[in-house]
Amino acid sequence: MKILVIAEHANDQLRPVTANAVAAASALGAKAGGAEITVLVAGQSARPAAEAAAALAGVSKVLLAEAAHLAEQVAEPIAEQVLAVCGAMDAIIFPATAFGKNTAPRVAARLDVSQISDVIEIEAADTFKRPIYAGNVIATVQSADAVKVMTVRGTSFEAHGSQAVATIESVAAAAAPARSAQFQSREVAVLARPELTAAKVVISGGRALGSKENFALLEKLADTLGAALGASRAAVDAGYAPNDWQVGQTGKVVAPQLYIAVGISGAIQHLAGMKDSKVIVAINQDGEAPIFQLADYGLVGDLFQIIPELTDTLAKNLGN
Amino acid sequence: MKILVPVKRVVDYNVKVRVKADGSDVDIANVKMSMNPFDEIAVEEATRLKEAGMATEIVAVSCGVAQCQDVIRTAMAIGADRGIHVLCDQPLEPLAVAKMLKALAEKESAQLVILGKQAIDDDANQTGQMLAALWGVPQATFASKVEISGDQMTVTREIDGGLEKLSMQLPAVVTTDLRLNEPRYVTLPNIMKAKKKTIDQVSPADLGVDVTPRLKQLKVQDPPSRKAGIKVPDVATLVDKLRNEAKVI
Repeated sequence: MKILVIAEHANDQLRPVTANAVAAASALGAKAGGAEITVLVAGQSARPAAEAAAALAGVSKVLLAEAAHLAEQVAEPIAEQVLAVCGAMDAIIFPATAFGKNTAPRVAARLDVSQISDVIEIEAADTFKRPIYAGNVIATVQSADAVKVMTVRGTSFEAHGSQAVATIESVAAAAAPARSAQFQSREVAVLARPELTAAKVVISGGRALGSKENFALLEKLADTLGAALGASRAAVDAGYAPNDWQVGQTGKVVAPQLYIAVGISGAIQHLAGMKDSKVIVAINQDGEAPIFQLADYGLVGDLFQIIPELTDTLAKNLGN
Repeated sequence: MKILVPVKRVVDYNVKVRVKADGSDVDIANVKMSMNPFDEIAVEEATRLKEAGMATEIVAVSCGVAQCQDVIRTAMAIGADRGIHVLCDQPLEPLAVAKMLKALAEKESAQLVILGKQAIDDDANQTGQMLAALWGVPQATFASKVEISGDQMTVTREIDGGLEKLSMQLPAVVTTDLRLNEPRYVTLPNIMKAKKKTIDQVSPADLGVDVTPRLKQLKVQDPPSRKAGIKVPDVATLVDKLRNEAKVI
């Protein structure tokens, strides 16, 4: 089976989720009796990203397409580039991120293929599991299309290690489509902490924090644990935490080693975004809150007492 | 400027869906149905553009069973001027819907199509992008701000880790994210007015679209459940458990 994985990258570096997408391609190949995995890196001055992709275990070849109009990962030219190189492919895999979700359907539509979104498990070469209804139901779907176009959820496919660097082949950049959005600007928060979806420990706050200022309590705890900070939809909507901290079906889906939910009651849409975490700790005033139904360790009490105490205790313990 | 707003009829977001006993599908008999919340944001945005004098007409479109007329009426109560109902009794995939919307966008000479970024039933997040690709126009997905001046549009979109600004020439497709606006409450007088507005009915065949599904749903199931763990009495016990039992710190 010939599989094309579309790399997510920032030209000078590869995004970690690309490794998860390659792992999904390996899983698909295993069901199809072997795979030849090609990674497409479309960008500008993107050789560092291509080199990182070539070192991912399982990759046979990296295609590098470079042009000014590919630099900012705008959906129209990126889809055009995918279409230019995907002729012989049996499957095309994008990460289910803002980038992948934006671009994959354009490719699927142009190939006249029904896309399979947000794949979490590969059952057979044509059969996939995916969450529907905000993760409350898992559907198993079989594709009748000759080419499978899919987005895969990174946290469901554990990245494999590295390998001796595979060949990087430069390919011609596809012409920019006549009718396309033009990139203007991007504001990305500078992270002093690990990225939410890649962090080993995530601490999320809910509405019970009560204010933006009170989120500072969590920052101290996060710094002690080297954790990323998240928030519930309720906390984001109340303006306590920035938009991109939101964990949940309509925000980020995370699966860290340790997830600490502070003052979060556990709305279904939040649980859908964190229930695959290895260990879940819930700290909440209300002992009946739904979050306790899936927490491994629950602590009922006033978070304004518990969080400073926890921060101190951890600082002492981790110092040892 | 004419705006087309596709709206989908879905299980209401407050309903906890259940899997049928035979695992063939989700049980939606006798369940409250509503307009997809992201589409409601789309109707609201179109209505605001019309109120600001940017748009001349808003056409709401829904594809599916007879009851889809209900969500078209809701769109009209918010601000749509008329409706088009593509009557189809079989399940529709985003690809088929995108093809029908393309036919309608061309027929209506729409300058802008605004729709939800995803439907809360199948969570596919495909229709807007597919429509833009098939129609051959620019797209701005996951929009949190839309600014139009003449035939130029600037859209702020939500991306992982922040915001991005794109500019494009109309016609174009916009998909809405949660923070684009807060839809107004529908008032009774507006519901009454909506009843007098017209809905045209067409079939997929009228639009020249083959809606045969490409994906077969083999089964549906509940997600693997997580068992509730234990409650710990204090911080010291919690830290001890995390360190010595779970071994995560």
